[in-house]
Amino acid sequence: MRARIALNIKSVDYEFQEENWLVSKSELLLKSNPIHKKVPVLIHADNPVCESLIIVQYIDEVWSSGPSILPSDPYDRATSRFWSAYIDDKWFPSMIAFFFAQEEDAKKAAIAQMEEGLVLLEEAFGKCSKGKAFFGGDRIGFLDIAFGCFLGSLRVIEKADGIKLLNETKTPSLLKWADRFSSDTAVKELIPDTDTLAEFGEKLQAKMIANK
Amino acid sequence: MEGKESEVVLIGTWASAFCKRVELALKLKGIPYEFVEEDLENKSELLLRNNPVHRKVPVLLHKGKAIPESLVILEYIDEYWTKAPRLLPDDPYQRAKIRFWANYHDEKIAQAITPIIFSEGKEREKVIEDFQQLLKVFEEGIERDFQGKSPFLHGGNLGFLDLVVGTYACNYQAFHDSIAVVFETEKNPQFFSWLMALKDHPRIKETLPPSDKLATKYKELFLPPYSKRIATIRERYLQSPKA
Repeated sequence: MRARIALNIKSVDYEFQEENWLVSKSELLLKSNPIHKKVPVLIHADNPVCESLIIVQYIDEVWSSGPSILPSDPYDRATSRFWSAYIDDKWFPSMIAFFFAQEEDAKKAAIAQMEEGLVLLEEAFGKCSKGKAFFGGDRIGFLDIAFGCFLGSLRVIEKADGIKLLNETKTPSLLKWADRFSSDTAVKELIPDTDTLAEFGEKLQAKMIANK
Repeated sequence: MEGKESEVVLIGTWASAFCKRVELALKLKGIPYEFVEEDLENKSELLLRNNPVHRKVPVLLHKGKAIPESLVILEYIDEYWTKAPRLLPDDPYQRAKIRFWANYHDEKIAQAITPIIFSEGKEREKVIEDFQQLLKVFEEGIERDFQGKSPFLHGGNLGFLDLVVGTYACNYQAFHDSIAVVFETEKNPQFFSWLMALKDHPRIKETLPPSDKLATKYKELFLPPYSKRIATIRERYLQSPKA
């Protein structure tokens, strides 16, 4: 989703090839990303680019005349990269831990970790947005994309477990940001409907547990 | 020059490759800096205040603003001080490939050292093999992605990947002398040849710590009795699900 949001921001036409994870990985995917065999892969003029955050930076650098995704100030760029790395290396794994957790204790621990991370991200939002609508300022930027792509999954967890991960008390700014992000033109059509995503998630979870 | 020195401060440790790569970047760009040696067993208020999320080194302080995470710091250095030498090339596709392999190195190769340190006997043999397999993937990947135009010492100059890999893997002798032999010419000839070339580069030579001093440090850290910090890392590794 991150790559598609970036392409939408730059108004770049692209062909989207859906991989069917529940069946098998396509020839094209295995050829384009032989190392990790994972999506997303952007193929631009026959050149494959892998890893979502690397793809978003690539898109930003190639289509440099469109709206900027990374901020222009080097320190703001470093801050965006730092928090995006935090999301991928620390926060997202706790979400994965939640999906794979089969006991209550493990689920609770994963939720606690996710909540802790969300409080940090709430603080980061305050510093990065500088009073504006998005992490990136007036427009969606790198960190909005890095974090926003998980909103669908967050909603699945909230619905299934009856908890409000984004809430008025601990994450008021993120709660409002989430609505703005989801309704942005570059994003709107990309976030899957919560029930569809939940169903897909269950099938994927079953498959991955079976494969472990 | 004296007053300017404190404009850039690097919080780090002499034994950390991740800190060395930042030092090397600053030196290549001719940026004066003050190095603050951190005691990782007794983390300072300076470190904790400037990297509250991870509490790790390196942290670059520039005009009072803190930037943690070595790869983020390297990109910051290249973007703020745009003068030569450039650490990353201009072409977006080359940049994407270099970023991919820098990530692979840090996330896969460097992480694979932990199991080697904390295992023994047959298990250690197996994790060393796994490590060498990762190096093989790296060798083949670099060959395929750069098609004969090695990104290492490109045009004789040190670039992003040289800093990432060189400051880490060129310390192999110290690791071999203290823990285990992991880099072998027969197993990973291409990787080894990159290391040999990098090791000889004057800037790398002058930046890396002396091998025997580092070997002593590795023994101190990674052989029992462990410090509280290392014991925690070891516990976490032993409890984590193994492949």
